Amino acid sequence: MKQNKHDRILLAHGGGGKLSDELIRKYILPRFKNPALEKLPDAATLNLDSNTLAFTTDSYVVKPLFFNGGDIGKLAVCGTINDLAVAGAKPVALSLSLIIEEGLEFSVLERILDSIARAADDNDVAIVTGDTKTVEAGAAEKIFINTAGIGTRIEGVTLGFDKIAPGDKIILSGTIGDHGMTVISQRKDIRFQTQLKSDCAALASLTGELLDKTAGVKFMRDPTRGGLAATLNEISKQTRLTVQISEADIPVNPTVRAAADMLGFDVLNIANEGKFVAVVSPDCADDCLNICRNHPLGKQAALIGQITETTDLPLVEMATKIGGKRIVQMPYGRELPRIC
Amino acid sequence: MLERIYKAQQLMDAACKTLGRQINIMEVCGTHTVAIFRNGIRTTLPKAIKLLSGPGCPVCVTDQGYIDIVLDLAQRDDCIIATYGDMIRVPGSNGSLETKRSAADVRVMLSSTDALQLAKDNPDKTVVFVAVGFETTAPATAVVIKEAAEEKRENFCILSGHKLVVPAMRALLAEKNDKIDAFLCPGHVSVIIGYGAFNEIVNDFSRPCVVAGFEPMQIIEGLAEICRQLSQGKAELKSIYTAAVTEEGNTTAQQLIAECFEPADGCWRGLGRIKKSTLKLKDKFSRFDALKRFNITETPVEDTTGCRCGEVLCGLIDPPQCALFGSACVPETPVGPCMVSSEGACAAWFKYGRKKQR
Ligand code: SF4
Repeated sequence: MKQNKHDRILLAHGGGGKLSDELIRKYILPRFKNPALEKLPDAATLNLDSNTLAFTTDSYVVKPLFFNGGDIGKLAVCGTINDLAVAGAKPVALSLSLIIEEGLEFSVLERILDSIARAADDNDVAIVTGDTKTVEAGAAEKIFINTAGIGTRIEGVTLGFDKIAPGDKIILSGTIGDHGMTVISQRKDIRFQTQLKSDCAALASLTGELLDKTAGVKFMRDPTRGGLAATLNEISKQTRLTVQISEADIPVNPTVRAAADMLGFDVLNIANEGKFVAVVSPDCADDCLNICRNHPLGKQAALIGQITETTDLPLVEMATKIGGKRIVQMPYGRELPRIC
Repeated sequence: MLERIYKAQQLMDAACKTLGRQINIMEVCGTHTVAIFRNGIRTTLPKAIKLLSGPGCPVCVTDQGYIDIVLDLAQRDDCIIATYGDMIRVPGSNGSLETKRSAADVRVMLSSTDALQLAKDNPDKTVVFVAVGFETTAPATAVVIKEAAEEKRENFCILSGHKLVVPAMRALLAEKNDKIDAFLCPGHVSVIIGYGAFNEIVNDFSRPCVVAGFEPMQIIEGLAEICRQLSQGKAELKSIYTAAVTEEGNTTAQQLIAECFEPADGCWRGLGRIKKSTLKLKDKFSRFDALKRFNITETPVEDTTGCRCGEVLCGLIDPPQCALFGSACVPETPVGPCMVSSEGACAAWFKYGRKKQR
């Protein structure tokens, strides 16, 4: 069967010639209209209103490309925005690099590009530079995306592990495990997959408000890979302080809990894409919580624990729902589903 | 919930007082082990109650000889090894499937059906399904064996490592550890075999057997029920997992097992050779038996790593008593299967208990 060359990505779409040009002019540029990008310079020139910048990059690989609540495009925008947001910055501009596997349908690419454009628009960040490459069939998982992001630091804000002190409170912006369990369930075709939805979202508006309105935020992190367990362990390791949390206070969507139980996963280890953990000074914890709860992305925010001094090995300790205690370890690598 | 916990705790406290000695309760099933640790249940129990983790994690009880056969098969160019996730990290005498993975074709499966599909998709290779697990996974293996037979799928076979729970409990009490006072019986297995299957343990050994689910409340109330019986000098069979377990179990699943398999003597890690404790394919399906297909004879292999999983599984030692625990043996570089499996006792102690410091 003779294939219409415009149905699918060909290797030549990354070759720098006519087809590359067509790919960029026809599919990419119209979606990301902004002055920095339009002239296709080799590098974008930006005028920023601060000289303290935050700069980050992340690559996105996800299977399936489309999942309930998002897709790789939305993820690539929100993920990088979130990295800037939790660093205490206001996201301004992103770069966008696509590595596309030969044979990817244009219709799929367009859906992803639309989603990228929507996410960038919604969050008021511009895609100012980019690149596309194509690789042979089998050399990629349909599409890989890299985004780098620049943000300007919100005035008067410095966040860091070194600010954290015993007595500080830990706030979680909402339920955990939603993204990871959605993707895993969809991949494994588990029956309640339709009831699960990724939390994929850009947090900058919420973190921005939090930093504007209170002065007590000391540290923020988005618990993506490795989940809440990894983030809390990182805090404990870097500060050499103990992190105490209470299981009963950690919001978990019941379907997420059921899916995790079924596969033998610990929800604390499951990835999130639209949540953050904030360590805040005790006197402003209530304010922070109220600000979060009044924002659409933080309705289920909760105070989940505190930082304490220790003479022993610093750990993450959790009081369980039934009144017991256990340690929350740094997850190691991939979680494997249990056998029976 | 808290009221029920309080009540159960009072019962346990009273029982401990009456008995005035240590009470050893074995949870047979790995899923219970994990649930107990994840919920911090040990930290809520009276000091006199000691929980022992039993031979109920399918990966942990698989003996070294079996793992070595899998590793040998993985070396063959004409084979694809299809296995459940945890198995790939279990160290054999020489490496694990994971370390061999770049050279060998090893695929991680979520179900036996996926393994059969793999055979369909790869007609020029023989797919060897590493069939481990208790009565819970055996029916699923039986289903694909029947399907393979119907479809005459000759490039598919299994290496049966399926095991039966009750014979292991008998062997444990009779030969290895008579200090076990009672069993918290496995939930998933009981769904299949029915709680009636544990009657022989109660009758022949006078040990309380209580079947419980995996919710922390179920486990706590199961333990309380055991304490009640012990303090009253009784040994009874009881299931509090009424939502899922019946006395006779899932007879359809039992029939499936009976159709394809027969009980055979077999080796367990730590427990040695136990009569009629494993499932072997029946003669009419023997062409799907990897041992026959590749002319392999099982030979017992000595574990020389210093791993004490065998003793852990029998409830003879707690993982931290193994010299390698937390030093040479950690989840990233496991020495024995109990540290590999997410359901293994060593992994649970390490992950959720206060770890021995490095
Ligand atoms: S700690 Fe490691 S080596 Fe020791 S018994 Fe457990 S698995 Fe074996």
